[in-house]
Amino acid sequence: MNQKLSEHIMGLIKSASTDLPPDVEQSLVDARDRELEGSMSFSAFDAILENTKMAREFTTPICQDTGSLLFYIDVPVGTDTDPLKRSIQIAADRATREYLLRPNAVDPITGKNSGNNIGLNAPYFHFHQWERDDFRFRLMLKGGGSENVGTQYKLPDAGLQAGRDLKGIKKCVIDAVFKAQGKGCAPGIIGVGIGGDRVSSYELSKEVLLRKFGERSEDPVLAEAEVELFNQLNALGIGPMGFGGKTTVLEVFCGKYHRHPATFFVTISYMCWACRRKTLILSKGDFDND
Amino acid sequence: MINLKTPISEEDIRKLRCGDVVGLSGIIVTARDAGHKLMVEERPQFLDEYLNGGIIYHCGPVVKNENGVWSFVSAGPTTSIREEPYQAAVIESYHLRGMIGKGGMGAKTLNACQHFGACYFHAIGGAGTLIAKSVKEIINVFKLEEFGTPEAFWVCRAENFPVIVTMDSQGESLHERVEKETAENYQRILSSITA
Ligand code: SF4
Repeated sequence: MNQKLSEHIMGLIKSASTDLPPDVEQSLVDARDRELEGSMSFSAFDAILENTKMAREFTTPICQDTGSLLFYIDVPVGTDTDPLKRSIQIAADRATREYLLRPNAVDPITGKNSGNNIGLNAPYFHFHQWERDDFRFRLMLKGGGSENVGTQYKLPDAGLQAGRDLKGIKKCVIDAVFKAQGKGCAPGIIGVGIGGDRVSSYELSKEVLLRKFGERSEDPVLAEAEVELFNQLNALGIGPMGFGGKTTVLEVFCGKYHRHPATFFVTISYMCWACRRKTLILSKGDFDND
Repeated sequence: MINLKTPISEEDIRKLRCGDVVGLSGIIVTARDAGHKLMVEERPQFLDEYLNGGIIYHCGPVVKNENGVWSFVSAGPTTSIREEPYQAAVIESYHLRGMIGKGGMGAKTLNACQHFGACYFHAIGGAGTLIAKSVKEIINVFKLEEFGTPEAFWVCRAENFPVIVTMDSQGESLHERVEKETAENYQRILSSITA
């Protein structure tokens, strides 16, 4: 393990858990200002914003469900990733003891909570080698309530009359957000993974949630679909917490993978308004102990 | 804003209507899945003094212990529907006057609210820090060892805990209403895609 790296990661966890990214916060301010003052939805947004400010001020978790820790890490070619994992686990353990994280790793068979967010596949690591010589650590804290409303469709879908085309994809997304109602702590940020196999489709639907607000898909067709879906989903009228209102989603991000000719998956990941994600870029010298 | 303090009388709870903004004060007990299961299957008596006319909060808080004193660091609501199989029985057997949570609950709970006089209060999901500040004191904790921090029964004293009534004792549910309204929008939007 590497102590310097652990400290950097500790800072990353602290920042993710207690300090909502500025693009997310701004979008919540805009959402509040679209609602009628004094309405239930206005007061919901007001409480959300007040909470966000207090969490930053007191360095306490924005939400008590500090989520699962999902690390997306880009490393120089040939990096040994095991020491990185260990340093991150030490940071997660410390962050739990300092109340920045709630113990959220539970053994599904014994029911025992590990107490420090470390367990089998916890934290979750997604390593990727790149041609640069620095390291990028992207952390997402994904809450359980929003994770539970995520879902996967298999096209064609007879019930939705959704075929294997863009129209069919859109129907899946609208269906998923409608069914979620306020339960994933609306307004949500919607990640859509199109194609791939079942696993990679889910993975993609999460990874697109790391994008900054306003960052459209590089694929022009998907970029347009994102904007269209954004308007359609907000026309549902679910509103914050499902109280009814003008804002049901804050963003829609789509991504695609090539699929097997026989399969067509559309996967929706729902991120709650407490969209906690932070990035840290380090060069080797920043945490080299020797 | 309407201010209410536990223990709450049936008369007072029956005055509340969906959409009312309420500040709750007094004793509130957190309980999640393990807690509800226990209350129904074993009906422990250690909760009676806190739950008679009282409120259960669906919450798994981040908790701090400094020099032997507990406090909430972050304590927003968790999804309530998971307690739907148990909630009606808990309302009846403990004489509960309400639950705080998020996402609303189902027909069985709504029925129990109407029958026994209780309300469902919606807190702002994710507002962990804001709500933790309205919890002034932790009075007791049960089953901490066995259930772990998020699932334990935390007995706390709140002041002006901000909530909105979304299921009342008249059989009204804001969730049902919004679901109905949004279902119409949903159908309209879906068919506009086919066109
Ligand atoms: S869905 Fe998000 S905001 Fe809501 S309780 Fe879970 S982590 Fe918190």
